Amino acid sequence: MSYLEYTVKHVPAGPRKILFLNWPLALLLAAVAGVGFLMLYSVAGGSFSPWAEPQMKRFVMGFVLMLVVAMVPIWFWRNMAGVAFAGTLLLLLGVELFGSVGKGAQRWIDLGFMRLQPSELAKVTLVMILAAYYDWLPSHKKSRPFWVLIPVVLILLPVAMVLRQPDLGTSILLLAAGGGMMFVAGVHWAYFAAVIGAGVGLITAVFQFRGTEWQLLKDYQYRRIDTFLDPASDPLGAGYHITQSKIALGSGGWTGRGFMQGTQSRLNFLPEKHTDFIFTTLAEEFGFIGAFSLLVLYALIILFCVASALANKDRFSSLLTLGIALNFFLFFAVNMSMVMGLAPVVGVPLPLVSYGGSAMLVLMLAFGLAQSAHVHRPRHGH
Amino acid sequence: MKRPRIDTEANHRLVTRRAAILGGVQLAFVGALGARMQFLQVDQADQFRLLAEENRINIRLIPPSRGEIFDRNGVPLARNVPSYRIVIVREDAGEVEDVVQSLGKLVSLDPDEVERAMAEMKRSAPFLPITFADEVSWEDLSRVSVNAPALPGVTPEVGLSRVYPLGSDYAHVLGYVGPVSDYDLERIEDPDQLLRIPRFQIGKVGVEAKIEENLRGKAGARRVEVNAAGRVMRELDRREGIPGSDMQLTIDAKLQSYVQARLSTESASAIVMDVQSGDLLAIASAPTFDPNLFVRGISSRDYKSLTENKYRPLASKSVQGTYPPGSTFKMITAMAALEEGLIGPDETVYCPGHLEVAGRRFHCWKRAGHGWVDLQNSLKQSCDVYYYDLALKVGIEKISAMANRFGLGERHDVPMSAVAKGLTPTKDWKSRVHGQDWVIGDTVNASIGQGFMLASPLQLAVMTARLASGNSVTPRLIKTVDGIEQPSGAGTNMGMNENNLRKMRRAMFATVNDRRGTAYGSRIIEDAMRMAGKTGTSQVRNITAAERRAGVVRNEDLPWERRDHALFVNFAPYDDPKYAVAVVVEHGGGGSKAAAPIARDVTLQALYGGEPPLEAYPTKDRGRIETQQQVLRGMQPVANIAGSDQA
Repeated sequence: MSYLEYTVKHVPAGPRKILFLNWPLALLLAAVAGVGFLMLYSVAGGSFSPWAEPQMKRFVMGFVLMLVVAMVPIWFWRNMAGVAFAGTLLLLLGVELFGSVGKGAQRWIDLGFMRLQPSELAKVTLVMILAAYYDWLPSHKKSRPFWVLIPVVLILLPVAMVLRQPDLGTSILLLAAGGGMMFVAGVHWAYFAAVIGAGVGLITAVFQFRGTEWQLLKDYQYRRIDTFLDPASDPLGAGYHITQSKIALGSGGWTGRGFMQGTQSRLNFLPEKHTDFIFTTLAEEFGFIGAFSLLVLYALIILFCVASALANKDRFSSLLTLGIALNFFLFFAVNMSMVMGLAPVVGVPLPLVSYGGSAMLVLMLAFGLAQSAHVHRPRHGH
Repeated sequence: MKRPRIDTEANHRLVTRRAAILGGVQLAFVGALGARMQFLQVDQADQFRLLAEENRINIRLIPPSRGEIFDRNGVPLARNVPSYRIVIVREDAGEVEDVVQSLGKLVSLDPDEVERAMAEMKRSAPFLPITFADEVSWEDLSRVSVNAPALPGVTPEVGLSRVYPLGSDYAHVLGYVGPVSDYDLERIEDPDQLLRIPRFQIGKVGVEAKIEENLRGKAGARRVEVNAAGRVMRELDRREGIPGSDMQLTIDAKLQSYVQARLSTESASAIVMDVQSGDLLAIASAPTFDPNLFVRGISSRDYKSLTENKYRPLASKSVQGTYPPGSTFKMITAMAALEEGLIGPDETVYCPGHLEVAGRRFHCWKRAGHGWVDLQNSLKQSCDVYYYDLALKVGIEKISAMANRFGLGERHDVPMSAVAKGLTPTKDWKSRVHGQDWVIGDTVNASIGQGFMLASPLQLAVMTARLASGNSVTPRLIKTVDGIEQPSGAGTNMGMNENNLRKMRRAMFATVNDRRGTAYGSRIIEDAMRMAGKTGTSQVRNITAAERRAGVVRNEDLPWERRDHALFVNFAPYDDPKYAVAVVVEHGGGGSKAAAPIARDVTLQALYGGEPPLEAYPTKDRGRIETQQQVLRGMQPVANIAGSDQA
């Protein structure tokens, strides 16, 4: 037996559980969502409709969902991991089939009251299945090739399906989150070194052979990569958005132009100002101080999650919480890099701030899991 | 339910270590994001703030109103009148096709224009007004306004349109305006932003083009805030432009209209110039055309009829046309000899009808010859041999130099298009341009204003004014700009011997008033108005020796374009010169028959400031003149448009 067992009697039970929630984390989430309401109100030109009001309703719904999930013992969620992951794959398949009948790249399923994006759900269920896998797998086996191959397949399945939608942003996030999970679980670092080395080698080869007779891609494919990596080379397309986005950010200065005074967003120079580019409006109207404060809030959320994970002696709980934190981090890091011109434009929203129902609910569900892990963590009851 | 298990210490330590590494990477990344924020928002804030302002603020030009042009007495020659156009804004109109259909029931729409407008509307933003009808009449406009509720998105817009009330009488002086073309933009360096306004009108030719800068004015500007689609959100501030300067020409509208009517559809030009001030009171060129056609955009059919007309109505012959001055040049040859002291007080030359020079025979127009002639008789009867003889004594260099002093061969500074320089040939010029040596025959030809010698009617008028006044007067066309009097063209004394000038004037007086003078038929008998002048008949072809033997073909028997040009220059009154007049009738035949009568009528009209009394004319001409006056009185200013009777 490599696992010490503990009794559940020291874990709080009944309505008392609510007192054992990770309240600082919950408050931080609410604070970030609050920033979102404010910005959605602003980009609508000082109006709760069409974005701020539905967003608030969904956050309340999401918060309740988080509490409900948190009340359910974490071992239930661990046992559900396989089912949830399989269900997600089925939903992704459904989107694939449904989408081919419908109009082009359809990423969501209409549930009547909301549109569910299975790719969002995949971010949580992938983390769940990987956490459950490494919880189940004896420690000494986790770096053996066979036992490394299994999680790789688990990761690549949803990644491939999301990539087919096509949704490059989400598939990159899934890949990164899965890889991160394997890393924290303790898979030997040589595997990562190999993959990174191979990746770097491939990319080098692709670009090194450009223009020679061993050229690996077609010319137009290279050109698409060029525009993807350097949007400025396409000033009327992707470059236009990035330029406008940087102008909005930069013109904010230290203290910003004032609430609802951002000209870039008010006069529609910003693309997708209520979703992917909402951060630019915040930066324009509240300046460096506002933008940096949001970054600090995000960092604190990560910090509280990591602290909670490391204090948790349950392997599943610990890995799950770290995975959720990593997911969250990838979310805002990619979005912010994108709008600040550090990364190519891929459709990744700013978590809890961008307008969007299923992303918000799925995130709250994920934090519900982290809360459950926190509430039901093993305690020494001597 | 499986019970949860506590992780092994070893594994937990591993996870903690890995989590710490990952956390560290995340923290580093957050730091990088923060640094990027600082870079964009603090270090580069000023630059991006500027870019944001550039995005947001748009400068829209307000076109100034164009300066108006008047004659010397304040008669309007070029005005701005309100013109109305009907525009449709797509987003307000809803169903554009329906609206256009209802609009078409109220006003007549040009199907081509509608098609163009519909295409333009598809291309542009939905909030931009698109013109569907231009130059809409006030009645049509009222109908549209009354029915406004049924025509969503339709609005009348008012602009200013250029109108030339006296139309064709000023076509050659004023020119006309038209919308800026790509050609204009290429031609003008560092163009005014105003020129970028679609359909902005600028002067194309004539005074309108030459003093465009003064007439145009300065653009006003309004700073507006626009959104990403270019829609104006609000006006931030506004600076009104400076309207173009109003101009007053030296032209006398009444005289100009008379001269234009007198020339009628002849291919001719006439100039009236004040001998003291240099003011141009009339510059007429016929046939003419209606400049208003060009403002609206001339139809290709009308344009073709203008360009294919052999009388070249579009050319402003008074300043652009150059002609061999013929005998009107004889004053210059004579002045050159007089100033050199080469003509004795009673010196005479024998004219046998020709002169042998270097083995070539140069003929006098009178085959029988004039016998013994002195200076006055030679000019009066226009004896050619006398001037051949003078020219051989004086030489071409002195003759051309004298011509230059009288304003020939000089591009006079008159704000009209393509003002000609003419030509006063010299030995150097011939070897440079033709690569040939000057021969003595060239001098002989030049002495009577033939050969290489070329002058424009304007130059002939200046020459005559200088002869009459003794001053180096220069032509002036702009009298005032914004009410400020422009520098006068009155020149200083030319430094010629006054006795010599007086001799020339007396000889010119004799030409008109002596029974044997070539222009006797066109004299004025009113004593205070008597004029002095000189006829000219310049050949445009060579008369061969064979033709001379067989008898020179009469002008009337030649095709029009091979007939002689008829010229006449004069000044009046003889005792106290006021006006110099130059008339050129292209291929009109003899100067005394075709040009002198016109010059006389114009001179009298100028001297009397209107229609002269019949008493000013010789008794036997009065009946004919009376009929002619009646005809001219009935002529409307715009009546003599070329094309109608030439097509």
